Amino acid sequence: MATYSVSVALTGSGGAGAMTAGQILLDSASKAGFFGLMTRSMGPQIRGGEAAALVRISSVPISSLDDHYDLLVAFDWGNITRFAAELPLSRDSLILADPEQGDIPEAVARHGARVAELPLKALAGTIPGARANMVGLGAVAALIGLPIDSLIAVLTVQLGRKGEEALAASTEAVRAGARAAATLPALPKLPEAAPHDGQRWNISGNEAAGLGALKGGIKFVAAYPITPATEILEWMAPALEKTGGTLVQAEDELASINMVIGGSFAGLPSLTATSGPGLSLMIESLGLAVASETPLVVIDVMRGGPSTGIPTKSEQSDLNIAAFGLHGDAPHLVVAPNSATDCLSATQWSVYLAEALQTPAIVLSDQAMGQSRVIIDKPADSPYVASRLVAPAGDGQYRRYALTDSGISPMAIPGTPGSNYVADGLEHNEKGTPSSQAGDHLAQLDKRSRKLDSFDYGDNWADIEGDGDIAVITWGSVTGPVREALARARARGQKVKLISLRLILPALPGKMEQALAGVGRVLVVEQTHSQQFAKFLRGHYTLPAEVSVFNRPGPLPIRPGEILTRLAAWE
Amino acid sequence: MTVQTALSAQDFKSDVKPIWCPGCGDYAVLSAMTKALAELDVPREQIAFISGIGCSSRIPAYTNVYGFHGVHGRALAIAAGVKLARPDLTVIVAGGDGDGLSIGGNHFLHACRRNVDMTYVIMDNEVYGMTKGQASPTTSPDWCNSKLTPEGTGISPVEPVRLALAAGANFIARGFAGNPAEVSRLIVEGVRHPGFSFIQILSPCITYRPEEREWRNAVHASGEQPAQSMTEAMHRLASDDGFTTGVLFAGNRPAFMPARAAKATLADIERKFVS
Repeated sequence: MATYSVSVALTGSGGAGAMTAGQILLDSASKAGFFGLMTRSMGPQIRGGEAAALVRISSVPISSLDDHYDLLVAFDWGNITRFAAELPLSRDSLILADPEQGDIPEAVARHGARVAELPLKALAGTIPGARANMVGLGAVAALIGLPIDSLIAVLTVQLGRKGEEALAASTEAVRAGARAAATLPALPKLPEAAPHDGQRWNISGNEAAGLGALKGGIKFVAAYPITPATEILEWMAPALEKTGGTLVQAEDELASINMVIGGSFAGLPSLTATSGPGLSLMIESLGLAVASETPLVVIDVMRGGPSTGIPTKSEQSDLNIAAFGLHGDAPHLVVAPNSATDCLSATQWSVYLAEALQTPAIVLSDQAMGQSRVIIDKPADSPYVASRLVAPAGDGQYRRYALTDSGISPMAIPGTPGSNYVADGLEHNEKGTPSSQAGDHLAQLDKRSRKLDSFDYGDNWADIEGDGDIAVITWGSVTGPVREALARARARGQKVKLISLRLILPALPGKMEQALAGVGRVLVVEQTHSQQFAKFLRGHYTLPAEVSVFNRPGPLPIRPGEILTRLAAWE
Repeated sequence: MTVQTALSAQDFKSDVKPIWCPGCGDYAVLSAMTKALAELDVPREQIAFISGIGCSSRIPAYTNVYGFHGVHGRALAIAAGVKLARPDLTVIVAGGDGDGLSIGGNHFLHACRRNVDMTYVIMDNEVYGMTKGQASPTTSPDWCNSKLTPEGTGISPVEPVRLALAAGANFIARGFAGNPAEVSRLIVEGVRHPGFSFIQILSPCITYRPEEREWRNAVHASGEQPAQSMTEAMHRLASDDGFTTGVLFAGNRPAFMPARAAKATLADIERKFVS
């Protein structure tokens, strides 16, 4: 649709090489000077399930999938019906199918897209050692106008270790695919990639979150594996070790969060990463971190819920538990990155905030961002680094929970003489001694909320872009399609403002009031079934009289065109 | 920094008054603990004393060291985090039989096998005291004095030292609150022994289990040197009556501590993302 980008879906059963092809396609696009984004759609099988690599290549930075795919390449049709709903096509789209794999299933054919047949497997069979996915890749490059040289360059690097023969086979397969594609119906071609001299990065949202954690100063991680958060931990384990930190695999999430509490109490900025089920298990101890004022960061890479839900696919439905799951009045931070790139800066900022405010921060990422791989300009360095207010050596009269104006009290780190104290989840007095007295309870409740409410969060609390009588309020990965929809709306003359909330908690009513000045109508966009975000907004903010909500649960991504349609109704 | 020299047990006591009932065995454990800390001669600020929830878990607040009184059942996890983050600290964990073997049972198994260098004291009174007298995992199946299980639990109790041995604890001992001198010695030995040390202390609850006063007539010191092999320890514990006190097992597994040395900078790490 958008002429600055081309979208390609590569599908096949596990082992068909769709993911490998997608990865090489994205790398090649980067090599050729393009921006790009690749998301994965996978079934729950460990090996051999259905898989789709969804790649968008663009001459401008992007953080969203497009409305439909220009090109669908099917290496086979095995199990495609399970995720055909995630592969929207238009009548202008092209389906590239191998006739040897049988008829195009109705779930795909129903879009009325054009069909081109190419004997991918047979062509690969003519080249010793070649595979159909490489033939397909060559055809894709020719169809969308991606220079074959960039593909060869990436293959040369990636197959270098496998030897000359493997490289020659793949190179020949790619060229054969490109030649064969010359006879196929045309597709819109990629525009010229703009020349650039800056550094480009190829990074996934989960890796970005891990890097943000390290840049923020995280030195201790304890965690339990869970889809789709595990890549954060797998990336961090060697990175932490190399930079002098420690990562421990815990026996469960109850242990992870408590080990993290211990690590932080002992003085190291500490973090764990999980998904909804793990966050549910951690909730009691997050309350302990609030009450004991122990800073820590929990990254929740959200997936479809409730319960085990849809582990491999995205949803924004952990908002409620992150915001409201803790028992008691438990002020804490909830921060939401709004793109794969922002997983870096939002996580880094969260480390800084948690440490500064001595309270837990929950970072709400999701599968769509976390497992997306993007080609981006090198992210700008951010100034946020953990800096905890610590107590000096004392004379035995140390008051860990002293009532200060800011609500933040100096925290003694074990090893500091004369300032030892006992951190406690029981309500306590200023010294930390357990107390059930009304006065102590009120004073400490006030203190713990005061430190969050009186802190200056600067401009990071939200991304605010554009102006107009209409505002779209959104959060998290859905910000990608919203941004793109607003760009299109503005291109056709509509004045629309974006408010993408990064700081979910604490809510900042004053800032939102300013952001909404002059706004008469609000469209809320979110990926939940029960409008969790819209209800959250209504609970914390004064919204204009006219509020419309566009919500849909996962796993279907929200597309820019769908948002545009809703905005058009207000034109 | 002032150098602490020759601190007494009193120096390790805080001025917080215990919530325990008069006559509770935990008072003796507290005394044994502060005596052990004095004998260990570790500066107060280098000790982290971690606990969960229950009567006995209140103990860190009654000492004069760094402490963490966490949530129910998770003391061992907090302690592992402390020690792995700060290997220089001496880490001691204490709590009750319910905290450590019921709600925290999974952490107990994994603390034994992980073998982080710390010492775990279970003050075992075979009852939930703080919630006013329910059966714990170490209560005998026919104890009928709880309103929650008026016919008894009907299920076999956990034998903590056998569990610890099977799970891989590197030092296993049992003491009795009625003999605080021995308890103190066991704590000192446990702390000095590398890896995960587990000490079960029979600590009578005179409020809900007054019959436990009779434990003083049941306990008997082990006349043997600690078993050093798993086979020997298993053999001995198989016929143990649950009242043998002393060091029951002293293994030689190296303590778990992940290597950490800064060999790269963040800039080195970031370079991998350059496309």
